[in-house]
Amino acid sequence: MQNRAGYRGSSLEFLTKRNLSPGDMLSIRKGGIEYVGSLLPRYEHADENYLTIKLLNGYNIGVKVSNIESVSKLSDGTEPLFARPTLPRLDSSLPRIVVMGTGGTIASRIDYKTGGVHPAFSAEDIYAVIPEISRYAQIDTVAVLNDYSENIATREWRIIAEAIADKISGGADGIVVSHGTDTMAYTAAALSFALIGSPVPIILVGSQRSTDRPSSDAALNMIAAVLVASRPEFSGVYLAMHSSSNDDSVSIHLGTKVRKNHTSRRDAFESINIPPVATVKGERIQRLGLPKEGKASFALRPGFEEKVALLKFHPGFDPDLIDYLRTRGYKGLVLEGTGLGHVSAKCYEPIRRAVLSGILVGMTSQCIWGRVRMTVYSTGRDLMNLGVIPLDDMLPETAQVKMMWAIKNSHDFEDARNTMIMNIAGELVERSPVDRGQS
Amino acid sequence: MTTTTFDPEGLDLKVGLEVHQQLATNKKLFCGCRMSKKPGLEIEIERQLRPTQSELGRIDEAALFESKLARIIRYKVDANSACLVEIDEEPPHDLNQEALEIALTIALLLESRPVDELHVMRKIVIDGSNTTGFQRTLVVALGGELKVGSRVVPVQAVSLEEDAARIIGKSVNERIYSLDRVCTPLIEVALAPVTCSFSEIATIAVTMGRLMRSTGKVARGLGTVRQDVNVSIRNGNVIEVKGVQKLNLIPKIVEFEGMRQSGMIMIAQELRKRGLDPKRLEIDVVDLTAILEKTTSQVLRRILDIKGSIFGAKLEGFEGILGYEPFDGIRLGSELADIARANGYQGILHSDELPGYGISESEVSNIRSSLSTADNDAFILLAGVDQDLEATAIFLENRIKEAYRGPPAETRSPTDDGKTRFSRPRPGAARMYPETDIFPIPVRDELLAKIKDSLPPTYSSQIDTYISKYHLSPKLAKQVFDSDRQRLFDEIANTSKVAGSIVATALTETIVSLEREGRDISMINDDHLRRLFNVLGEGRIAKEAVPEILRVITGGDANTIDKAIQTLSLTKLGSNDLEEIIRKTVEENDFQVTKHGKDSFGALMGKIMLEVRGKADGKEVSSILKKVIGEMVTSSPS
Repeated sequence: MQNRAGYRGSSLEFLTKRNLSPGDMLSIRKGGIEYVGSLLPRYEHADENYLTIKLLNGYNIGVKVSNIESVSKLSDGTEPLFARPTLPRLDSSLPRIVVMGTGGTIASRIDYKTGGVHPAFSAEDIYAVIPEISRYAQIDTVAVLNDYSENIATREWRIIAEAIADKISGGADGIVVSHGTDTMAYTAAALSFALIGSPVPIILVGSQRSTDRPSSDAALNMIAAVLVASRPEFSGVYLAMHSSSNDDSVSIHLGTKVRKNHTSRRDAFESINIPPVATVKGERIQRLGLPKEGKASFALRPGFEEKVALLKFHPGFDPDLIDYLRTRGYKGLVLEGTGLGHVSAKCYEPIRRAVLSGILVGMTSQCIWGRVRMTVYSTGRDLMNLGVIPLDDMLPETAQVKMMWAIKNSHDFEDARNTMIMNIAGELVERSPVDRGQS
Repeated sequence: MTTTTFDPEGLDLKVGLEVHQQLATNKKLFCGCRMSKKPGLEIEIERQLRPTQSELGRIDEAALFESKLARIIRYKVDANSACLVEIDEEPPHDLNQEALEIALTIALLLESRPVDELHVMRKIVIDGSNTTGFQRTLVVALGGELKVGSRVVPVQAVSLEEDAARIIGKSVNERIYSLDRVCTPLIEVALAPVTCSFSEIATIAVTMGRLMRSTGKVARGLGTVRQDVNVSIRNGNVIEVKGVQKLNLIPKIVEFEGMRQSGMIMIAQELRKRGLDPKRLEIDVVDLTAILEKTTSQVLRRILDIKGSIFGAKLEGFEGILGYEPFDGIRLGSELADIARANGYQGILHSDELPGYGISESEVSNIRSSLSTADNDAFILLAGVDQDLEATAIFLENRIKEAYRGPPAETRSPTDDGKTRFSRPRPGAARMYPETDIFPIPVRDELLAKIKDSLPPTYSSQIDTYISKYHLSPKLAKQVFDSDRQRLFDEIANTSKVAGSIVATALTETIVSLEREGRDISMINDDHLRRLFNVLGEGRIAKEAVPEILRVITGGDANTIDKAIQTLSLTKLGSNDLEEIIRKTVEENDFQVTKHGKDSFGALMGKIMLEVRGKADGKEVSSILKKVIGEMVTSSPS
């Protein structure tokens, strides 16, 4: 079966009838002009009535099938393949770092099916295009997943966590996980709990500009991630991304205190309620202080309860949603309340019913910055009285991930409740910094 | 091996022009920004770029060359002229529809065939001139022709692209760009290479420029139009000279390139005559810093004093080749020096010019023994600080191997005196990658029909309109059309009571002559000119006052037309006041009238105009003076 990638409808019929395939060099005549070029695969959602042709000067154009007067095949072609550069030599005295590929922009290339960038590289490809990392570590690469980060959830967290634990017991000195940025902060939180007390650095890294562009931020982020992963003092889970729009500094964020705060900027990730743990400039790592972590010893606990919802309260919020989740068998509910941790009084009864049926209900703030204090206003006191757990300065996303983990890894409701308010991986910090500085 | 005079006859010299013209759109090509005249907050960003592979899996040679230069790139960002799109922090927005329509209009004027579906491409350029490391570009139409007098120049393609950033500073490892004009829409018309005389080339460029300006929708002024000039000769290669801004340089550049390329062919012939084999050529670089440590050569001292190094390499059998000058100033040695400079070195020195540059005979023989050269071998010296020596050596080796075949295909840049300098290898199809952030855009038949229905009148019919409607001379009509103030002329001539020819003269010749006087004509803005013709139309000043008033504005002595008039005390005299002045002057000089009768007019007119210039209309002075003299002549006894 010939591959006519992306073509459908009239264009597919046109190609099938003439036995033409992507890569073929064609001469097409239409409206008194001749196009010479190779047939390219077509983006899947693009208009079905056109062929995509790469002209000899490298430009692509679309030719409407119904306008074509004649076409002839000048020569057969081969489908484009990515040529991989050779791997650099490894220095056996350097720390052993495992680079794990999960997909995402740091390992993306054009996808002719959709026309967009698609995660299509293995971690080895990343290593091959950023050979500098061989200066700091011996790299072993492993592709554990290959998916867009929005498709990563509890099952994938388990796969990644188990793969990391396996590499740690195999003697790795550090782990770098390349990850799509959209949900990278959730995965960072998940790994912080699933690999509690990790004896080695586990650094998540991504890029906001794909590696198929010369301006990609991937290389700098990856180099910094490998550098930090080779330093034992960074044992634990962190995330490495650009500190600013400049290609000169990468911030190292604690895995439970980081959030993607911009859709497209290189410096989208910010530490919330604490400064970043460190910055990397060139080969220099500057420590900005490490929050006190729980004293747990290393354990792999990769289970997460799926039935935990993160619910954002808003004016006009329908309290029935809470009842709905209860009847659907949810076991945990993290509310993103207003201000210091509030929801409308209309939610009181549904919340009472949820707590009575054994659902863990926690409160975080949609302000993102700051901590909830439910003793200040009567609404807060009412909610605490109903059994809502104030989650202090924990990020809403971290709180949801932690609750998934706490429920799965506790004997009972009370145990899970205690876990939620205990600092496990730096997610709860007693002191709020005076400034929000990110560098 | 002697130097001869260059004769372009019989070379089969072909020239292809690529004309790049900024469009006068409200917004940039892929975002909501426009170039702002008012600078805002300035932000500086530091970036680095890396080469990538095309979707066919190849790395473009030109991109690879640029990447070896390991540069830090700094962008000066004016927050009023740029947003996150320009600094590569946000995906591009939709293609600017206005720009597309202008490009299609120009394509149709050239009878070029619009493509059915537009695909935005990324042309990889990693010298830093685009923050993304690529320039977004799309082919809008293919084929067509430009009529230049009686000849027809075929059109290859009409494309739309975003303008690159403006370089404002450069050092060994750093380039600084301003992002003000970056991403402004440009149309590129690529004309097919044609055989023509040096002067015809400029005519082709002028004709192309006028066709684009006939749309009334392209930007005017310095830097808004640039030409790339492709030059080739028989047995040569295509050389692209990028970014020629002055049309009168084009013939010089073409002639220089013709000469340089024939020179390179003659050097290749000499190499072949010596039986040298390019496959056996290898550059082995030797560190000569230690043996030249005490040199008094200033060229080398400058590098040694800042802890730089000096390297040498032997070229077997090359004695006399690097200095061989088939035509004046054309040497392989200078080509290699250009490559060294592009890699951050000061240039090269070679054995054909040594001893020299303060390098002594004994130093030369020390170098020769360190490199173990024989008598028929040449050597080159490279001096620099912290450069990528290995990469530079490979580039030099490749260039020398090319010399066996003649001039290599490359991109060169023009110098102010009409010569060219190597800038990078010529990029190929591998530098094109699809812009995955933008979906293909169909060119609808309805859109084409709408554009066809509203094509602007041609250049010559616009000139005819100026002649018939405003009674301009053909010369003045063309000057107005070619002027940066054409649209302002249309506006003023349409609404003002002042004759079109007076407006046209002021907007073209008067301003040009002020500029020639060395006045700063950038002080004159459109509002000044609108007000000037307003005041002139009301009869408050005489047309003779126009140059004086503008001169005052250029000097900064007044910032409005009204203040300039005040400064010059130029308010037009009333008829009675004027007649009084004339009578007084005539009376004071009545002996002349007595002596010469009516012939005294010329001398008296001169005296009076000296006093009233700018405050009275010459015609009016003349008629009053004639009347007064007439009265005196008839009343006095003969």
